[in-house]
Amino acid sequence: MSIDLKTLTIKKAHEHLTKGDFSVAELSEAYLKNIEVHNKNINAYLEVFDDIKEQTKGAQKLIESKTSGVLTGIPIAVKDNILIQGKRASSASKILEGYTATYDAMVIKKLKAGGAVFLGRTNMDEFAMGGSTENSAFGPTKNPHDISRVPGGSSGGSAAAVAMDGALAALGSDTGGSIRQPAAFCGLVGLKPTYGAVSRYGLMAMASSLDQIGPFGKTVEDAEILFNAIKGHDPMDSTSISDEMVKRKPSSERKLTIGVPKDIVDSPGIDADVLKNFNEGIANLKNKGYSIKEVSLPNAHFALSVYYIIMPAEASTNLARFDGVRYGLSKKGATPFEDYAKTRGEGFGREVRRRILLGTYVLSSGYYDAYYNRAWSLRNLIGKDFEHAFNEVDVIATPTTPTPAFKIGEKSNDPLAMYLADVFTVPANLIGIPALSVPFGTIDRDGKKLPLGLQLMAPHFEESLLFKVGKDVSEPSTI
Amino acid sequence: MIEKKDIEKLAALSRIEVSEEEKDILRKDMESILAYVSQIKEAVSEVPPKEAGELRNVMREDNNPHHKGAYTKEIMDEVPDKESGYVKVKQIL
Repeated sequence: MSIDLKTLTIKKAHEHLTKGDFSVAELSEAYLKNIEVHNKNINAYLEVFDDIKEQTKGAQKLIESKTSGVLTGIPIAVKDNILIQGKRASSASKILEGYTATYDAMVIKKLKAGGAVFLGRTNMDEFAMGGSTENSAFGPTKNPHDISRVPGGSSGGSAAAVAMDGALAALGSDTGGSIRQPAAFCGLVGLKPTYGAVSRYGLMAMASSLDQIGPFGKTVEDAEILFNAIKGHDPMDSTSISDEMVKRKPSSERKLTIGVPKDIVDSPGIDADVLKNFNEGIANLKNKGYSIKEVSLPNAHFALSVYYIIMPAEASTNLARFDGVRYGLSKKGATPFEDYAKTRGEGFGREVRRRILLGTYVLSSGYYDAYYNRAWSLRNLIGKDFEHAFNEVDVIATPTTPTPAFKIGEKSNDPLAMYLADVFTVPANLIGIPALSVPFGTIDRDGKKLPLGLQLMAPHFEESLLFKVGKDVSEPSTI
Repeated sequence: MIEKKDIEKLAALSRIEVSEEEKDILRKDMESILAYVSQIKEAVSEVPPKEAGELRNVMREDNNPHHKGAYTKEIMDEVPDKESGYVKVKQIL
């Protein structure tokens, strides 16, 4: 049968594969054809793997022996900062030139065991620093909905790969919105799981108190399936949470309340059409039986500043390991100091250098208390705001982004303008709560229909609540 | 105010070579970013002290070591400069 990739979901693909309507190889082949046609314009993939045939054979065997799972044979794209043993991994940086991963990330081990097929590694902002995928050392990725615009970032390649039907689902990482924002810009569902829900073993660290790996899918159900496959405790990641701690009381069948934080939704930077669309999304949830309540998050407007202090501080520390001694690019000078400085000066791109310097600044004596320590105090205060709000409501909703996808080049020379685009997404990372971006509505710009996202946030480990509400948000007619 | 010598100091501390031209760009960027994030100083005065959260050590039993050399080849293959199974660096002293 011919495969209609546009309407395909993981569950549908799984049914077809088990019924034998098409083979694993035929399914991957259909995606590879799309990649062949579109990737030269979109630049979603940095590399398409050369062992897909062997991977599909293995998955096909699982299906024929009736030992397959829901992800067996499902073609998946992987962000370039997640390690797959024996494959190149570069975080879209020149400093990892020639580096081959020496082990599998835990999420990869889990998906391999389930028989998923990895099609390739996707473009990103270098070391996940950015919101547009323009900071890649390998050229920007373009938004499949309008190639003059960015796909978002930093997981822009993963989002674009799924949006151009170059993969059925994808993995990304989210430190301040890097899954949710590209999901919103590309019309997909993206989840940032609870801090500690998914092992980060084998993810290149950017800001360790904020990073999480998460899924992209075309539907909430697809994101849910992928999340369930990668979550769980891992002794190799000491921040991953033991399974007992995750067990919660089953949520009652009572009517759920959605909180709308006027403090941050009415921020001056929000596009009028985005706000209108968001209000329609809330009205839509009200029609579906949810109660809507205004909640107050009085300190949430500090979240961006807090984030842009803590994140560079942690990144400047984490990226100290790239010194040209053990792996990747290695440039030589007259002294060991010059070896490091030349390697890092040539290997890191502008945004990475900027954030390392910024992080070094806020951590230096004399500024540490004024910036880093105060930011941590405020981080706790913002957490308390959310705690209070979640006493009154079950889920908090905001737009995912203050604007639709912006033009390539529009913000690339103004780092601060780029940072302001993260206003709605950073609080979830600062507090460690799960957050889901679901496509809702479109906006007309220059004759193109650009997708928008609605963000839902829930208390720690309440991903199931997000999936439930998320399914009610998404327009049933689209897929 | 961030001055050029501040950028030079930070670049040296973080072991990053920065060109003359870029120093000025970085200086301007840092100034505008720091001006923005400095709004945290305006937060209400009763900001609670920094809390470390729930502190717990994550330990593992000291047993089941892997076989000696099990990962050595893969890891050493990535080293740019090596000699007789060692990572080669410049003399430090």
